[in-house]
Amino acid sequence: MPKILLAVLVLTSAAYAQDATGNADNGKRIFMKNGCFECHGTVGQGTIAGARIGPPPLNVQGLIRYVRRPPGQMPAFTEKVMSDQELIDVYTYLKTIPPAKPAKDIPLLNDLRAK
Amino acid sequence: MAKKIPVGRRGFLKGAAGAAAGAAALVGSAPALKAQAPERAATPLPSAALAAAEKTSPAPRVDVYTTDRPGADFMVDVIKSLNFEYVCANPGSSFRGLHESLVNYGGNKAPELLTCCHEESSVAMAHGYFKIEGKPLMVMAHGTVGLQHASMAIYNAYADRVPVYIVLGNIQDINFRRGDVEWAHSVQDAAAMVRDFTKWDDNPVSLSHFAESSVRAYKIAMTPPYEPVVIVADAVLQEEPMPEADRRNARIPKLALSAPPAGDSGAVAEAAKLLVAAENPVIVAGRAARTPKGIGLLVELAETLQAPVQDRHFRMNFPSMHPLNGGSIANADVVLGLEVQDFWMATHTQTPINRLGMEARPITKPGAKLITIYSGDLYGKSNYQDFGRYAEVDLSIAADAEATLPALIEACKKLITPDRKRAMMERGAKLAEASRAARERDIEQAAYGWDASPISTARVTVELWNQIKNEDWSLVSDVNPFFSGWPLKLWDFKKHYQYLGEHGAYGIGYGAPAAVGAALANRKYGRLTVNIQCDGDLNYAPSVLWTAAHHRIPMLTIMHNNRAYHQEVMYLTDMAARANRGIETFNVGTGINDPNIDYATMAKAYGMYGRGPITDPKDLGPAIKDAIAVVKRGEPALIDVVTQPR
Repeated sequence: MPKILLAVLVLTSAAYAQDATGNADNGKRIFMKNGCFECHGTVGQGTIAGARIGPPPLNVQGLIRYVRRPPGQMPAFTEKVMSDQELIDVYTYLKTIPPAKPAKDIPLLNDLRAK
Repeated sequence: MAKKIPVGRRGFLKGAAGAAAGAAALVGSAPALKAQAPERAATPLPSAALAAAEKTSPAPRVDVYTTDRPGADFMVDVIKSLNFEYVCANPGSSFRGLHESLVNYGGNKAPELLTCCHEESSVAMAHGYFKIEGKPLMVMAHGTVGLQHASMAIYNAYADRVPVYIVLGNIQDINFRRGDVEWAHSVQDAAAMVRDFTKWDDNPVSLSHFAESSVRAYKIAMTPPYEPVVIVADAVLQEEPMPEADRRNARIPKLALSAPPAGDSGAVAEAAKLLVAAENPVIVAGRAARTPKGIGLLVELAETLQAPVQDRHFRMNFPSMHPLNGGSIANADVVLGLEVQDFWMATHTQTPINRLGMEARPITKPGAKLITIYSGDLYGKSNYQDFGRYAEVDLSIAADAEATLPALIEACKKLITPDRKRAMMERGAKLAEASRAARERDIEQAAYGWDASPISTARVTVELWNQIKNEDWSLVSDVNPFFSGWPLKLWDFKKHYQYLGEHGAYGIGYGAPAAVGAALANRKYGRLTVNIQCDGDLNYAPSVLWTAAHHRIPMLTIMHNNRAYHQEVMYLTDMAARANRGIETFNVGTGINDPNIDYATMAKAYGMYGRGPITDPKDLGPAIKDAIAVVKRGEPALIDVVTQPR
């Protein structure tokens, strides 16, 4: 890889790590329009087909890396089909999703634990 | 048991003067003549001869025959000897004689005829019924168009090692075919179409031949590995009186089912030695529990070794809350596969690398010993590829796993020294702790998306559990992966009828009819049958809902209405991502929306209770409670729940 390109990538990644603000509304629109929800759930809760990403357990840099070179059977999405900026927007949307209530505060789930 | 048959004979009403009046009344009516006339585009003027004929009584037939004991009556005696509880069929002319004999001669009891609206439903009902009851249902179908409808469901049963007993009607003799429809519905070799995925078939040419082949077919179907079988019931044999030759030879052979094959004693001893010496043995169960007894045997083996059981969920193999349920084969030094059809897949991961292939890596560590006990090694066919990839193992025991387990357990017990016992108990304690931690993670994970709409599959699972946990319940649908496997993670599965496993060949359209068949088997035990029903699956042959309503088969159906063929949504997205284009088109050709299908109204149209669509998770619990009350009255009920994709 040319050194200059590597430098650009490093700088770009560093910039993302520092500033992950994007447009949450646009991120939600992209999340639904591009079908991210089909495997990850409409609120990113995760399913058997896709990891839990709402709220995101990764930083924005980690999310972009995950989308570009995913583990397992998830397809890789290149910048041509989802730009970095779109992923930043998606990340910003995912950050707006509140964490789940603890199971102990949901009686039906807490009953399972009593077993 | 053979039954003495009062053989009837053809009663001829000759066209002599004494019988002419009666004969004319029977066959000479205008509607009967009209029914035999071909349809025409335009009605020509009547010929002089026809005009003359209409003014006089039609000439009586020379012969009118009745049959007080058609051959089909004997076929019913044979069928009754095999103790079928039900026969599923969509009515067809090629087995009309057998149909009539079952209803009138057989009294429509043992077997009772169940009206199905599609042959795929007939076979899948038999599939689901077997997995609860452990014995086959009979299915009747046309040897041509009916079998063509049925074929996908037969392949599912074949791949799932389920015996379905199929009787095909066919009119072999050209002289007996009534017009072009019956020519089109006749075939030289009816079973040929499904021979690649049935275990045995025959085309008997006499009634005594029918008796012998029918009993043989049952025996073959019920010898592990279980598989579907086909018997052709020739229409002439059905409808004509029993021929003289068959009267002399008519008897129904005695049925003695074969004992299932157990593993070679030397190989079993070798397997025990490896398992007892292992530091981290893991048991992988496919269809290990062939009968209810299998669950107890698997528990005994796991507890004897303090080894975890990875249940592939092709059957209800192992209690879901058992502390040894789970485990990973990544660190295993010995892996024992019990009736695992896809053992290679169980021991490897695959990652797509390009459009041409997958990158495969073993999950097991180098040097791990692999043992299989698999009845599929005793039987196989080549055309359809459900046998999966060749598994390279260290010890292959071609035998039925359940039949082999008692000897394997005993062999293990004899080899366990006090030192090994201590090490095993320490291992078991760690596994129990890991199992408890995994369950805790599952419960916490279920909280994510708890209040989401569409409703999360975890929420549906927990709301359902809250209503059924104190009932004698039976989950009759495949929930892994379609429902993210949530019930398997959160519910307390203990008994063989609490989970049916998967489709077999993943032929969609299995779910609804298999669930109705399972509910049919559960009915006499008073169990609460629960079906989590995928929307795409139901739309193949939804008329099975009518069958459930008509025959008063109680069952609670919860729609997993994600409004898409979701697996294909993911594949389409995958292909678009690889092609670097158009990932937003995932719903084209995969969505089941615009308009959305109203499943509650569909249920009502078929004569059953329907409610929904439910989109607010708070409405779900009360809806389930009401629907269960309907089911407890002995009726089917359906709740349409709009759900997350998975």
